[in-house]
Amino acid sequence: MSLSIGQVAPDFSLLDTQGRKWSVASYDGAPATVVVFTCNHCPYALAWHDRIVDVAREYAARGVRVLAVNSNDADRYPRDSFDAMKDRVAKEDWPMPYLHDATQEVARAYGATVTPDVFVLDAEDKLRYRGAPDANYDNPGERAEWLREALDSVLDGSILQRPETKPVGCSIKWKA
Amino acid sequence: MNVELLWWEGCPSTEKARAAVEEALSDLGLDGTPVRMREVRTDEDAEQAGFVGSPTILIDGVDLVPAVDDEPIGLSCRVYRRRDGRISPIPDPDDLREALRSAAERAEVNR
Repeated sequence: MSLSIGQVAPDFSLLDTQGRKWSVASYDGAPATVVVFTCNHCPYALAWHDRIVDVAREYAARGVRVLAVNSNDADRYPRDSFDAMKDRVAKEDWPMPYLHDATQEVARAYGATVTPDVFVLDAEDKLRYRGAPDANYDNPGERAEWLREALDSVLDGSILQRPETKPVGCSIKWKA
Repeated sequence: MNVELLWWEGCPSTEKARAAVEEALSDLGLDGTPVRMREVRTDEDAEQAGFVGSPTILIDGVDLVPAVDDEPIGLSCRVYRRRDGRISPIPDPDDLREALRSAAERAEVNR
């Protein structure tokens, strides 16, 4: 079952690639939090990655936190192992923590289905947007516009015209 | 010329890939060439076919974009690179056209 718009997002406690523990509730005072389910091996997640990174950098000054979560079954997909996640972050410049959802409980609790799958939470951890970063993985010019619209709406308190879009990407690789 | 598209249901790129192949065939005046669709359902299917991800396009049995050594066989979405460096779930249309043109020329020579 998927998290509904307006519902309080479930909290979690996950380790990032640096060994730090993260949770949604630890963001007391953050005006918005983005939880994006992503991974290392999906072309859609990779195609959108730089746009999400840009959002993380640009909105950090406004207090927005972005948490990237990898929930894929690493036994069947070794490119999504915790070690592979660490290698990737070590090689790239990530402005956000990359969290390992080894049990897949967080993906299940949020109802994430694909990578990338974007969830935008407000200051009360209520879901305000869920879906794709923008309309076209193939066009960097889209600049994760739907995600930006959602964040702008949360930050300025306006009504979001498009609270849900269809997430597009590779299916999350569930454990058997 | 035998064109085959291997696909797995976990990736949403199958129809786009098929359309790209058909467009490339049309560009080359090869509209009548059938595109055979073959679903890869299980790890065993993937192993048997040497399937490194969806979509995989075989032209006369040869992978349009030969897999690199570290690409694991299995049920996943395939990562392609466009000629401009962008990552994409389907091959660059120019790569597609080039491979089809070469295959068509080979077929003509061998006729």
